[in-house]
Amino acid sequence: MCTNISETLPAEGAAKGGAGWFAVTAANVGFDHAVGSRFDHALLLDFVDPARGPSARVAVELDLETGRALVAALQSVIEAAERSGAPVRAS
Amino acid sequence: MWNSLRTDAPAGLAAGVTAYRAGNGDLVHAYVARPEGPGPYPGVVLVHHLPGWDELYREFARRFADHGYTAICPDLYCRTGHGEPDDVAAAARAAGGASDDLVVEDLVAARDWLRALPTANGRVGVFGTCSGGRHALLAASKAGGFDAVADLWGGGVVAAPDELSPQRPVSVLDYTAGLDAPLLGLFGDQDKSPTPELVDRHEEELRKHGKEYEFHRYPDAGHGFFYYHRAAYRAESAMDGWQKVFDFFGRHLSTGS
Repeated sequence: MCTNISETLPAEGAAKGGAGWFAVTAANVGFDHAVGSRFDHALLLDFVDPARGPSARVAVELDLETGRALVAALQSVIEAAERSGAPVRAS
Repeated sequence: MWNSLRTDAPAGLAAGVTAYRAGNGDLVHAYVARPEGPGPYPGVVLVHHLPGWDELYREFARRFADHGYTAICPDLYCRTGHGEPDDVAAAARAAGGASDDLVVEDLVAARDWLRALPTANGRVGVFGTCSGGRHALLAASKAGGFDAVADLWGGGVVAAPDELSPQRPVSVLDYTAGLDAPLLGLFGDQDKSPTPELVDRHEEELRKHGKEYEFHRYPDAGHGFFYYHRAAYRAESAMDGWQKVFDFFGRHLSTGS
């Protein structure tokens, strides 16, 4: 099935793909046909820089259980990061 | 039919990427495979699936050429940019997918490109799987002018209002009255989109409008059962399905010459 489930958010960071590091300007989250995994459908997580073309992409396919665990881990680490007081940007 | 070739036949074919004037007047890449020789040959427009303009569809094009068809498979994501097929498909997905209106224009232009070939017999079918099945049916229903249409497990043909989007603003079912070509449908009973119930609903609408169609359903298959590189592959169903496709196109696209 083609779910057409997809969300895009602006992002700031960097990702390392086949051609090395590049600036990430957007993240795409979807659930649709898997390509690289053996799942029928998977959570599709792409870190991209559309200005550099379709190849500026680091892609991950995950099952839903891993996705949920990832959300929880992200939340936990973000909270710990905020408690630590360590700056994200150099002052 | 599969393996029904003649061992003493020349069986030459030419294949490669070309560019043609597609929807909106844009120059769009297409993969073309054609049998060698003067013809006349029927044509088939191949509508690639959501995962993109990929190696599988190039193989499909060559398979059709092996069976005596000139096949053209436009890159419906051509305007998105270029790279490996899965990267381009991901960019297209993030942009909401290909626009129905532009896809229909691209397919109609590909149809006319085929008909203009000196080797053409004048008859052109349209074939698609997954989102391409839906697009094939949409083109044959909204624009018309094809001689046969094959929709293989096209999801979203029967679409609820909350499944519509700016790129896919219509339920193809609503265009059934306009379908002006015989329709072949192949579906897996284990598919979730379309479910057997949605296929039933589509069939009801086709009957209501007196359309010529044949649906074949495969109890042991789900979505994408032709895709030998995926776990969804079902060899027996796929081989039977290919036979159904060639039977159907043979009946409706040949001119006997």
